[in-house]
Amino acid sequence: MTKKAERIFVKGNEAIARGALAAKCKCFFGYPITPQNDIPEFMSSEMIKAGGDFVQAESEVAAANMLLGAGATGIRAMTSSSSPGMSLKQEAISYMAGSEVPAVIVNMNRGGPGLGDIGPAQGDYYQSTRGGGHGDYRHFTFGPGTVQEAYDLTIRAFDIAFEHRTPVLILGDAILGQMKEPINPWEPEGVDEEGGSDWAITGRDGGREKRLIKSLFLQEGELAGQNKHLQAKYDAWTDLAECEEFETEDADLVICAYGSIGRIAKSAVRKFRKEGKKVGLFRPITLYPFPSAQLKALADQGKRFLTIEHNLGQMLDDVRLAIRTVTDSDFYPIYPGNLPTPDELEEPILKSLEGK
Amino acid sequence: MSRIEVQEDRCKGCLLCTTVCPVDIIVQSDRFNVSGYKVAEVPEADADKCTGCASCAMICPDVAITVYRTPKKKGGK
Amino acid sequence: MSEMNEKIVFEKPESVIDRPTHYCPGCHHGIAHRLIGELLDDMNLAEKTLMTTSIGCSVFLYNYLNVDAVEAPHGRAPAVATGVKRARPDHFVFTYQGDGDLASIGMAEIMHAANRGEKMCVVFVNNTVYGMTGGQMAPTTLIGQTTTTTPAGRCMTHEGAPIRMTEIIASLGGVAFAARGSLDSVKNIRQAKKYLKKAFEFQVNNTGFGFVELLSGCPTNWKMTPLQANERIQKEMIPYFPLGIYKDVSEEGGVC
Repeated sequence: MTKKAERIFVKGNEAIARGALAAKCKCFFGYPITPQNDIPEFMSSEMIKAGGDFVQAESEVAAANMLLGAGATGIRAMTSSSSPGMSLKQEAISYMAGSEVPAVIVNMNRGGPGLGDIGPAQGDYYQSTRGGGHGDYRHFTFGPGTVQEAYDLTIRAFDIAFEHRTPVLILGDAILGQMKEPINPWEPEGVDEEGGSDWAITGRDGGREKRLIKSLFLQEGELAGQNKHLQAKYDAWTDLAECEEFETEDADLVICAYGSIGRIAKSAVRKFRKEGKKVGLFRPITLYPFPSAQLKALADQGKRFLTIEHNLGQMLDDVRLAIRTVTDSDFYPIYPGNLPTPDELEEPILKSLEGK
Repeated sequence: MSRIEVQEDRCKGCLLCTTVCPVDIIVQSDRFNVSGYKVAEVPEADADKCTGCASCAMICPDVAITVYRTPKKKGGK
Repeated sequence: MSEMNEKIVFEKPESVIDRPTHYCPGCHHGIAHRLIGELLDDMNLAEKTLMTTSIGCSVFLYNYLNVDAVEAPHGRAPAVATGVKRARPDHFVFTYQGDGDLASIGMAEIMHAANRGEKMCVVFVNNTVYGMTGGQMAPTTLIGQTTTTTPAGRCMTHEGAPIRMTEIIASLGGVAFAARGSLDSVKNIRQAKKYLKKAFEFQVNNTGFGFVELLSGCPTNWKMTPLQANERIQKEMIPYFPLGIYKDVSEEGGVC
């Protein structure tokens, strides 16, 4: 890992785009939608300068399908959108998962359902972690909370995509996308730009056997076999689950929150700690694989839990699943459409702390 | 002298070949192939009428016909 | 003795895999596959071809042509192929689509890939019906044509008119070549191959988007014999979908 000396002051959206460039992303396909337009706008000039290509597609559907095509040839490629556009991409993502095509997809979550609003929300958690399209599949999902993390995890996303032949989702939100922070734009070393030497469609040069990127399996037993293979892949990701545990060691109450809400919750935790209250934060960084083992370990220590999300309760299910044999979690929803503050969280945290 | 070879297990008995032969020698046989189609054929008696034009092969959707042509002998060559 | 001088004047092209196809008797997909296979052989393109297949009876095209391929969702092949070509610009990229795939669900994708002038070829097999799913109405179904979703025959006021795709594609800026051929007769098959060749050449020369529509039969869903189906193409389809070249930029001096 090379540390670049000079820090830059950028929005989360730009950090993600820069991370992709640093990871040697060669193609970007996008479509305008608030609040992520900085990403395609940045890529429209930078991708060409980097010797790659950029297409403003006719729709999010088309952009996701372009990504499927580029990924099938073993090239690092990316698309980005926000909630309604993500719904459009689900068919193509299901195909990527079923055909085992590596790709990076970015969702800057906004309010829903439907047209919703253009502010932050976390209502796409289910879509992001359960395989939002048809069929049994998952994709690796990151939930960055800071602009630096958005940069770092974008680089990691490409490595994971190619190492495991999978689509990878970076789930941010409007806060992260539009917020500016200073970051260290480091460049990874030794990036293999020609991934997929043994499976990608690159032309039958030299007369090799033809290769096929497909997800149709009609022969008896074939589809079952493919699904078992995918399941095994996902099971193996459990060891790659990442989380941040902040002030949890002696905490009585652990707040579970991810992304921008994790950040706001961290501020609340700091505030409570100054007042001598034993509160901690469990912040998943990988949303799939969910860091269940780490969370269960905290539950085994007898702690109480309060899940705080910018939705009506989605990650809450994963928290409850992880700790179900030991205890339950309280829940505080920040309603999509409202902008959360640390002060707003005081009351629910106090209530949970006091076991009410 | 030319001739065609019909790969009988590929023929689906669509009979399109029978409509394009300029000398009208391709017919439906009475033989079923392994897939249950009545295959097309050139009867032995008409074999020497084949001109090797390959029209049948061109219209065959199953690429089941190979066409051979023997150039006419000219002055002993 | 004549065997000594015997030579093969017609055989299966190298690029067409030697296996039986699942297509119905008289279905023209096999002819289209063969023409493509011949051109890939003649023009030495097979080893640099990246094919994008679509959804319909031809979904198994990748089992019949010996080239690398990626399977696209229904209608999305032009978008998937755009991704393939932008990622691998020096490879030969084409899609192969039916009328439901291209002109119905895929209408946006074909229009925009064509308009962008993607350096790719699209082979559009038009048989006026959704074949694989059992014979429903397609955007190219003719007025009065009975299908499983137009049991009383397609009606203009209820279903609109059949769409002439080649004319529409020809009107778009980035298109280098747009032509309509037919696979119903030997003469038309020869002409269709010439159209495909031109489209392929435009990509090889990096000029622009090539589009070739091929009028084809579907005996099973038209409830006809293969011979009757070919007659229908001649008598009913060609008058509505006239054959010919609708755009050829080599006549115009090139695409911007």
